[in-house]
Amino acid sequence: MKYLLIIQMNPATWDSLSEEERTEIGNGQSKFIDTITASGEMVGSHALADPSQSAVVRGRPGAATVTDGPFLEAKEYMGGFYVVDCENVERAHELAAMIPGTDHLPVEVRPVIFTAGYGL
Amino acid sequence: MSDQSEVEDLLRRSAPQVLGVLVRRHGQFDLCEDAVQEALLAAAHGWPRYGLPAEPVAWLVTVAGRKLTDHWRNERARRQREDTVAAQEPLARQHAPGADVDLLTDTPSSAADATLELLLLCTHPSLSEPSQIALTLRAVGGLTTAEIARAFLVPEPTMAQRISRAKATISAAGASFTLPGKDRDERLAAALHVLYVIFNEGHTATAGQALTRIDLTAEAIRLTRRLNRLLPGDGEIAGLLALMVLIDARRDARTSADGRLVPLAEQDRRRWDHSAISEAADLLARTLATAPLGPYQLQAAIAAVHAEAAGDADTDWRQIAILYNMLERRSDNPVVTLNRAVAVGMAEGPGAGLAVLDSVAEDPRLRRTHRPDAVRAHLLEQLGDHAGAHEHYRRAARAALNQREKRYLEERAAGTGPVGTTGRG
Repeated sequence: MKYLLIIQMNPATWDSLSEEERTEIGNGQSKFIDTITASGEMVGSHALADPSQSAVVRGRPGAATVTDGPFLEAKEYMGGFYVVDCENVERAHELAAMIPGTDHLPVEVRPVIFTAGYGL
Repeated sequence: MSDQSEVEDLLRRSAPQVLGVLVRRHGQFDLCEDAVQEALLAAAHGWPRYGLPAEPVAWLVTVAGRKLTDHWRNERARRQREDTVAAQEPLARQHAPGADVDLLTDTPSSAADATLELLLLCTHPSLSEPSQIALTLRAVGGLTTAEIARAFLVPEPTMAQRISRAKATISAAGASFTLPGKDRDERLAAALHVLYVIFNEGHTATAGQALTRIDLTAEAIRLTRRLNRLLPGDGEIAGLLALMVLIDARRDARTSADGRLVPLAEQDRRRWDHSAISEAADLLARTLATAPLGPYQLQAAIAAVHAEAAGDADTDWRQIAILYNMLERRSDNPVVTLNRAVAVGMAEGPGAGLAVLDSVAEDPRLRRTHRPDAVRAHLLEQLGDHAGAHEHYRRAARAALNQREKRYLEERAAGTGPVGTTGRG
């Protein structure tokens, strides 16, 4: 069963961390990738740019408006996510807890109900 | 059929038997698997050129065995103990045999038995379910890693790693290839469960997955059929085979032209595979008459009652309710009670169905699943409580984890919506 492990980024929390803590969290992601690759549960991983880099598109082709910035100024947003394929939801929770930084930045675990692309 | 695909077919059928014989002889699952792969490669190149050998399995066993010996010769220092024993006792029983084990010979029937042992090994309890599934499809089913990866929509390296770890786990557990009698029943039940899970994966696949070359339902049926041939007296294997064939027989009627789910009640039964239904019903009848009753046979019996009905209105719901009752007494699964609630609702009226539903709706194992809401919505709709039905269809739709089911439930919610109905029955 596939799950999204979504890291909830909170800029206020992130800013309150020390340089070492931020580095540890950053470096720890590649260790987590190694862990789920070795266990045969890795499907994909993406880190996302800051929402200030987002645009919102409304309307159909030819009549679409493009506005800078995200839907709303949220104090928390998707920082990045992993897609894992694992035995059950309990294992997905176990994996989520292994992601570095979860004591500061919680992780949402959400079931995936359809997958296509990525050569799959 | 071209020569090449005949050879491929033959190799796929032979591979698990060859692997089984070698693992029984030597243990070391992962090394044997490598050796078998090399022998298969040699056969794939040589047989189309030089013709098929008289005894394909024996040929493969010989070639793979030679490759193993070569490997050990090269690894002599590290594998001293196994190397020595292998050189001295080609037919050694390297693991403590169970009370029911015969002396090892290379007769065809022993190769077939080895396939069964191989299946039991692949469904070893030390493995997680995804690993059991992957290893079974690989080692017993003969699917390639790429095919298995595609069937389950994971990247190939991920599936390769999963299989490789599973093989290493089995080797490390030093899994005894032969099992004492008592454990064997449990292990066989676990193996049947894995085959059923593989079948269900294929059965509930989305349209995208159905386009893959490898049909998981066909694989599951093929492997279960083989098991049934090996152990024709086992009632639960026969029951599982009958169940799979009966469910699969409805496949063409289950999806509408635009990919939507068609529930059983609305299916065009002329599109069912009636010869498959006949075959399965015969098998089931023979089995029920001779073997001790078990849960798969009961589930097959329920599927058979549906299959016998010319249409939804002709279905013997009372019989189905009785069968679910019997199943309930044998299994601890609350989903069985949910299904019984539907059957009782049909046989005795929605009020009675709701009473059965209420007896299990709070079961913690059903928490956060969509099924209790889906069943309640269905029963309330039959009762004429459209507002209640709408609310529960809505909740069920939100919680559904299968896209086609989700869409179906959303449609039913719309059909029971407050602003009139769509006129659908």
